[in-house]
Amino acid sequence: MATTQMRTTARLMLAPSVILLLIWMVVPLAATLYYSFQNYSLLNPITSFAGWGNYYYFLTDPAFSSAVVNTLLLVGGVLLISVVGGTFLALLIDQPIFGQGIVRILVISPFFVMPTVAALVWKNMMMNPIYGIFAWLLSLFGLPPIDFFAQIPLLSVTIIVAWQWLPFATLILLTALQSLDGEQIEAAEMDGAGAVSRFIYLVLPHLSRAITVVILIETIFLLSVFAEILVTTNGGPGTATTNLPFLVYTQALLSYDVGVASAGGVIAIIVANIVAFFLMRIVGKNLEA
Amino acid sequence: MGSIHLNKVSKVFGDLKVIPSLDLEINEGEFVVFVGPSGCGKSTLLRLIAGLEDLSGGTISIDGNDVTNAPPAKRGLAMVFQSYALYPHMSVRKNIAFPLKMAGEDKATIDKKVEDAARVLNLTDYLERKPGQLSGGQRQRVAIGRAIVRQPTAFLFDEPLSNLDAALRVTMRLEISELHHELGTTMIYVTHDQVEAMTMADKIVVLNRGNIEQVGSPMELYNHPRNLFVAGFIGSPKMNFVEGKDAQAFGAPTIGIRPEHLSYSSSEGAWKGKVGVAEHLGSDTFCHVHTENSGTMTLRVSGEAGLKHGDTIYLTPEESRIHRFDDKGLAIA
Ligand SMILES: Nc1ncnc2c1ncn2[C@@H]1O[C@H](COP(=O)(O)OP(=O)(O)OP(=O)(O)O)[C@@H](O)[C@H]1O
Ligand SMILES: [Mg+2]
Repeated sequence: MATTQMRTTARLMLAPSVILLLIWMVVPLAATLYYSFQNYSLLNPITSFAGWGNYYYFLTDPAFSSAVVNTLLLVGGVLLISVVGGTFLALLIDQPIFGQGIVRILVISPFFVMPTVAALVWKNMMMNPIYGIFAWLLSLFGLPPIDFFAQIPLLSVTIIVAWQWLPFATLILLTALQSLDGEQIEAAEMDGAGAVSRFIYLVLPHLSRAITVVILIETIFLLSVFAEILVTTNGGPGTATTNLPFLVYTQALLSYDVGVASAGGVIAIIVANIVAFFLMRIVGKNLEA
Repeated sequence: MGSIHLNKVSKVFGDLKVIPSLDLEINEGEFVVFVGPSGCGKSTLLRLIAGLEDLSGGTISIDGNDVTNAPPAKRGLAMVFQSYALYPHMSVRKNIAFPLKMAGEDKATIDKKVEDAARVLNLTDYLERKPGQLSGGQRQRVAIGRAIVRQPTAFLFDEPLSNLDAALRVTMRLEISELHHELGTTMIYVTHDQVEAMTMADKIVVLNRGNIEQVGSPMELYNHPRNLFVAGFIGSPKMNFVEGKDAQAFGAPTIGIRPEHLSYSSSEGAWKGKVGVAEHLGSDTFCHVHTENSGTMTLRVSGEAGLKHGDTIYLTPEESRIHRFDDKGLAIA
């Protein structure tokens, strides 16, 4: 991009996709904004201007504050598990072990399982209190089974979602690990650094950028986790696992109220932006060259 | 402190025997240079000494202690890598301080030692920079700084100057030699550049395919190469080799004569030839002479030679400087 001409050409060439993306973004956003100010119920053909009514209704819904907390807990929990677990797994499968190729594919494979299927498998095969694998494992030690979705519903959903995102984190961190200069590690070895010091002083700083990428990308998707909740707990018990997207869904489809659901959507966007703002403040500096 | 003894050391990678079996004695305070063509096992040998590679056989002892199975950190050696291997996200100060920090020294001692090393290496102004913001020569000095702060029993250098430009290489060469005199610590230095070997070494180890061809001081190798390989490797420009009838006349199957030990004349001499390309260095001129029976020979003339491309000249070797080799390529005493 050295010359003016090249910059102009580049902009021209980029224009179609940028315009398309803008339309793609702006039209639904505008529609959502429009409906959020309308009294618009699917049960009532008459629509009218609602002012801030929909927002007021959504924000004062007793489920709203818990939905925000649940969303943040879910995002935070999954990030924690996938980043820590992903780093650990990446370190493990970076070692020259027998059957490395197969092990790597196995580790990556959960990523290819559809969220609904993954959630169903976890619900019925792993976490079921009667014939689930966890219940069986506990029974081996003479312990009573845990009814996951009744006793620790949010944690259970977090575990399922984390299981799906762990491969992504592992993959990104593994590639980052492989780009670490072997001579640096050897130099540290000669400098008397043990395995733990090498990890803290060399590997972790080297991974910081990749970890940032993982956190940012995962956050985008985790803010809108939906299928896993629908399949396992349906937002319950009560509102224990209702996050913002699920709350919007209950408003829109269960209450047939498009206006309030749209207001919820707009609020979800605002919450996402607040989260993004703080994320960039915290980890964004790692992305600078 | 700093004598290293290699006893029947060997190294095998899969089926590849990189170092068959090798004995070497490195004395305290010596500057030893491993030199040899690319792929001959210099780095491997250095890494074996450092402990970064496991031995396939033999033993290594440092100051009389067997360290064959000791981890790198326990050998008390410091290494400067070809890529420098600086820690990119640490400042120069932290890079140099790292080995001290790992050794658990207290902050005041670390600061003092880092400042001292920085002064010796002219790095004081750069202590707060990251390695990415330094020039190649400065990075090199940081790598050396990181090595000297620990006061190791010996330094290992793996082609430390190969990424630098020619002028800087000469400067750094002098600096490393200077450092050696100052510290008096044993240094092992790997290079494929025979000029570096000749100028820096107390003792040169010439390697070829993992075997030691000859060990000796630079002048020993220059004056008395033990075989054709060493004769051809040490000295620049390369020694001229003559075989067949022309060699028989001097009483050996193969003879070698260095370009600086040839004289020329326009009327008579041992070998007749035509002048080819001449390389003018100012102080010397290297003339490539196409002889009738012995291929192209290099002739070194002091100052400017009045030889033109295509001139017919006669070359004569200096009798006392002729190296004679037998059928197996070994020098005849
Ligand atoms: N980890 C390894 N696995 C297999 N073969 C290796 C390994 N490391 C080195 N070799 C082989 O051992 C031989 C010696 O390698 P080494 O790196 O010691 O050469 P070198 O003398 O340092 O060469 P250069 O001057 O190019 O650095 C080479 O043939 C190389 O291919
Ligand atoms: Mg090498």
